Amino acid sequence: MGRKILFITTDQQRYDALGCNGGKIARTPNIDALSRNGITFDRAHPQNVVCMPSRSTMITGQHVSTHGVWMNGVPLPHDAPSIAADLRAVGYATALIGKAHFEPLLDPFLRFTENQLGNEHKTTDNPADPHRGFDHMELATHGAAGQLHYSQWVREKHPEVVGGYYNVLDNELQVNAQGGGETNAPQVKVNPIPREWYHTHWVAQRTIDWLKSLPADRDWFCWMSFPDPHHPWDPPASELHRVRWQDLDLPHGYIENKSKRESVIDDKLRHWRGWYDGTFVSNYEAPARWVPATLTANQVREVNAVTHVENELIDEAIGDVLSAIDSRGWGADLDVLYTTDHGEFQGDFGLLFKGPYHVDSLMRLPLIWRPAPSTNTQPARVAAPIGLVSLAATFAHIAGLDQPDYVEAPRLPVDNTDAKKLGHERVLTEWDSVLFGKIVHLRTICRDNWVCTAAMAGTMNNQGEGELYDLSSDPLQHVNRWDDLSVRTLRDDLLTDLWDNLPAQNLPLRTMDAPV
Amino acid sequence: MGTVRRHVFVDCDADTVWKFVGSPERLNEWFPITSCRVEGKKRWITLASGITFEEDIITLDHDLRRFQYKIVNNPLITFHLSTVDVIPDGPNRCIVMYSTDMEPEVLALPIGGAAGVGLKKVKEMFDQKR
Repeated sequence: MGRKILFITTDQQRYDALGCNGGKIARTPNIDALSRNGITFDRAHPQNVVCMPSRSTMITGQHVSTHGVWMNGVPLPHDAPSIAADLRAVGYATALIGKAHFEPLLDPFLRFTENQLGNEHKTTDNPADPHRGFDHMELATHGAAGQLHYSQWVREKHPEVVGGYYNVLDNELQVNAQGGGETNAPQVKVNPIPREWYHTHWVAQRTIDWLKSLPADRDWFCWMSFPDPHHPWDPPASELHRVRWQDLDLPHGYIENKSKRESVIDDKLRHWRGWYDGTFVSNYEAPARWVPATLTANQVREVNAVTHVENELIDEAIGDVLSAIDSRGWGADLDVLYTTDHGEFQGDFGLLFKGPYHVDSLMRLPLIWRPAPSTNTQPARVAAPIGLVSLAATFAHIAGLDQPDYVEAPRLPVDNTDAKKLGHERVLTEWDSVLFGKIVHLRTICRDNWVCTAAMAGTMNNQGEGELYDLSSDPLQHVNRWDDLSVRTLRDDLLTDLWDNLPAQNLPLRTMDAPV
Repeated sequence: MGTVRRHVFVDCDADTVWKFVGSPERLNEWFPITSCRVEGKKRWITLASGITFEEDIITLDHDLRRFQYKIVNNPLITFHLSTVDVIPDGPNRCIVMYSTDMEPEVLALPIGGAAGVGLKKVKEMFDQKR
């Protein structure tokens, strides 16, 4: 018997969401225990800050330029590399339960397998050669709409609660700007759904049921993927008492003084101010008709409070799954990896949601690897820059496989010394959006505690413009030092390093076949 | 306004390709839909998700090799115009181009994606069939 792998992802979660990373509000004891007994990465970045590209990087071990899923709505090719397929080929049972999102969700033609499986109530398209190498797929997204398994389940079994979820899209199919809760915060809704029918609980229970179906001596890889705490923020109303928004301090990244806030934003690439003012919407990841400049301090508090509640529910669901695994006697041989696909502003800079903004709010992610206790790996915190692009090689390593030829980064290190040995010197992040002529292209490197973003020619930015932040002296990234002559040599060195290490982009770009 | 355009080069003469693409009732043979019915200047298409669109045929110009239609009587769709052009590129090659302008704009994207699938199918069907 080999090591089992539980890969846990959340969606749109910040580094500081967790107690083990300094979070003070949400209680996350189960994840904190994984951190305490494992390796916690303090500078982990995604290779893109929206879902589909980032998730495609996780499964392929490739940068966005290589796998080609450059934006939500661009499907990962059916025959793209998949670490799940490699694990399955050596005998692992494989499952993905929860949010996959390698393919567009808004798919009225039902062109994509994820939606087809849900629509047809199937958990595999082909048992002999399953989609992306997963023997079992039961999928969910952020509510009851759409074709995926959770949506079908809740509509069939509990139709009376469907209307309790927030309508993600408005009547014009735009991401909904409607406010709710007690502060009229965008995408917040009090959802009367019982906790047991909410998607967080469903994902954990379906995971437990799949694990129960396996023989005791089977090795397995299970990707358990929670749709939360991604907006809409509509957790079960019964749980809202856990964190009262009125009791919350404003997050450190929120700049209360309006003129200072706008000054900080104006110091960045121009598309920041365009979005803040509601004049430039570059992508569908935020409500197009919501103007960030209207965001109030109390709305920031309420969004944060509800997010903390969702994070607590995730932690408790993880606890349920880990208990079920222990009860099968697999605990000693279980590797657990925990991360998310990208971050969330949650009020930083007076903003919510995400987009072409390469700062810690969206890029600094929770990432924990708790190696199997039987390996006697020492707990550690790793400061080196790490990318989610290293996950695929890590899964291969755990399973005893050689590093696959298709991956573009080494496995995760077990400590800082190992990070150096493996060559974890930098992490790269890309952004491309061309939504009906509104064009933003960014390339970012994080190295030596600096973050350097180069803009390429687009609607708002010119080639040669960018952002440069010193994470040591300016952890909130308020001071853009791109034009600071005293660090020009460093900037140029970072840019050279970026272009030397970023894979060439596969052209022509794949087509965007849906908004999300 | 959502606007998308897809095209494909086909190694076949424009007349042969147009004879197929310019037949509104044959849409389900190349576009990823489940059924298609034409009555006069009306067409109804049904998608795999069960959605049915009612369409008005606006242009069917066999000289220009242009087909245009719009989705009508749909409370969600406030504007739509799709155009299929078959343009000769020499005697044995043509370009098939599909474009859509649409409100709500987001719907233009999946229609563009479906058009990409359809055009690929047309190419597979007609390449080298001259």
